[in-house]
Amino acid sequence: MGIAIRIEHLRKVYDSPPPSAARGAGFSFTSVRSGPKQEKKKTEIVALEDVSMEIGAGEIFGLLGPNGAGKSTTIGILTTRTHPTSGRAILGEYDVWKQQVKAKQLIGVVPQRPNLDFALTAREILLFHGAYFGQSGREREQKSQALLEKFKLTDRADQMVRGFSGGMMQRLSIARAMMHDPEVLFLDEPSAGLDPQTRLLLWEIIRDYNRAGKTIVLTTHYMDEADSLCERLAIIDHGRIIAQGTPQDLKSSIPGGYLLRLRFNRVPEELTAALQVLSGVSEVRSKDGTGVDVYADRGGPLISGIVTAAQGSGVDLCDVHIAEPSLETLFLHHTGRSLRD
Amino acid sequence: MNWKTFFALLQRDGHVARRNLLPMLLQNLLQPLLFTFVFGRVMTTSGLMPPEYKSMLLPGIMAIAMVLSGVQAVAMPLITEFQFTREIEDRLLAPIETGWLAVEKIVAGMVQALVAGLVVIPAAWLAMGSGVNLNFGHPLEFAVVCLLVAFMASAGGLTLGCSIGQTQIGLMFSLVIAPMMMFGCAYYPWSKLAAFPILQYAVLINPLVYASEGLRGTIAPQFPHIPTAIVIGALVVLDGILLAAGLKKFNGKAVS
Repeated sequence: MGIAIRIEHLRKVYDSPPPSAARGAGFSFTSVRSGPKQEKKKTEIVALEDVSMEIGAGEIFGLLGPNGAGKSTTIGILTTRTHPTSGRAILGEYDVWKQQVKAKQLIGVVPQRPNLDFALTAREILLFHGAYFGQSGREREQKSQALLEKFKLTDRADQMVRGFSGGMMQRLSIARAMMHDPEVLFLDEPSAGLDPQTRLLLWEIIRDYNRAGKTIVLTTHYMDEADSLCERLAIIDHGRIIAQGTPQDLKSSIPGGYLLRLRFNRVPEELTAALQVLSGVSEVRSKDGTGVDVYADRGGPLISGIVTAAQGSGVDLCDVHIAEPSLETLFLHHTGRSLRD
Repeated sequence: MNWKTFFALLQRDGHVARRNLLPMLLQNLLQPLLFTFVFGRVMTTSGLMPPEYKSMLLPGIMAIAMVLSGVQAVAMPLITEFQFTREIEDRLLAPIETGWLAVEKIVAGMVQALVAGLVVIPAAWLAMGSGVNLNFGHPLEFAVVCLLVAFMASAGGLTLGCSIGQTQIGLMFSLVIAPMMMFGCAYYPWSKLAAFPILQYAVLINPLVYASEGLRGTIAPQFPHIPTAIVIGALVVLDGILLAAGLKKFNGKAVS
């Protein structure tokens, strides 16, 4: 059975920007100046501020947030690569920062950017990785061959990875992380840079791995990935967790989660006023002279009311699009800005 | 301590070093051997240098080859691997304490330094022609000095490799390596610096001095040299300092 993870009051302050290859690519951390006591003023970057959460054994858990939110720092702390300023990270029964070797034995890590060993071929990368984890020669051979086939890398297996495309490197990184069959698999933005087909293949592989009882922790800023892959999510922004739960719970937690995008031939004021008073409608915004966005707690059931209102104002309804409650709306609700901002 | 992991890491470095054997040997040995040929053969045959200079020069050339290859074997890959791509991360995540990965790097560097040193003896001998007079009468002392020099070079490579970035490699050669070679008593015995008293004591901070003098004292003892016991003492101290500094730097680089 998989391994549960608990993190308690994690805080991380960098005194210089962390190496971006291992951490978040774009930085939008909150900078604060350290106190006047220090002679040399240096900029401190607060990446995490009191983050606590629990990840169940055998769960697919997602950390969702924009660039620089603190996702990669959280993963870095859990995978012995980033030392927390304060707080604890516990993996199964081991404190990650007190029993590092034990913790390392349990985890497989796919970094945000491929950090493959450029001095080796694809097959050698897997073979040596297995050797680091004490696998026997035969076990390594079999495992690496199976993974190369699974990730469709057999025809380039004996070439140096320097010449690989971004997608191939990413696939090999994931294969390598699975090589020693870790109990917990960390994937930092695994589908960044993958084409849609490979992305679907990756999701299937992740689900498969999870079915074997392994715990999966992934970070993403793709809504659909979080929605379709993760059993539970934490939404993180500016180093703080702003919401946690199943995607469904999170979505239903926002009032007026539906968005109806309507288009008429014209939008007189009496029409917006009529839409405003329909039951369940929380906000009406008209734009471009013909479009109206209606925020409401229901979708389809409002249509008849909208049609009646349009007829009453003597205008034609040309187009209707109903957006269901989504993580995007949720993120907007909690932070006041879009996830892609 | 996880020996299986340690040996696997060592195997990986051995594998990569074997793959790059020829370029590595050329990189580390060509320059000292050219120097050997010009000063040990051209200059001595033409009468500009006395013939004894050959035997005096050889231990110095061996010291330079060992120190250069040890430093480069550890420093150069580390500089690349700690860069943007963080190639080393796979090994940092191997189930072993971070410090042991640094120690493994030192051991791998030592092997390369020893190979370079042992290759240089016959190669330099050939380049210089007849008249080289070496004395292998103290094999134990020679082995101890060789090991300590190799360790010093690799530990120095660890410290350097974790201290500088890719853009500063050129600077490292002109500011660290070049003065070290010139003032490392490789081309002249330390005692001959007596005419420059300040310089004579200033060069004592240069680790290469102990490598050259130590090797000279063990395989060409007919020339003046710092007593081997003192050299060994100094090498042990330097090894300790460079190991401590290298480990500290490595840990600082490995974890953010």
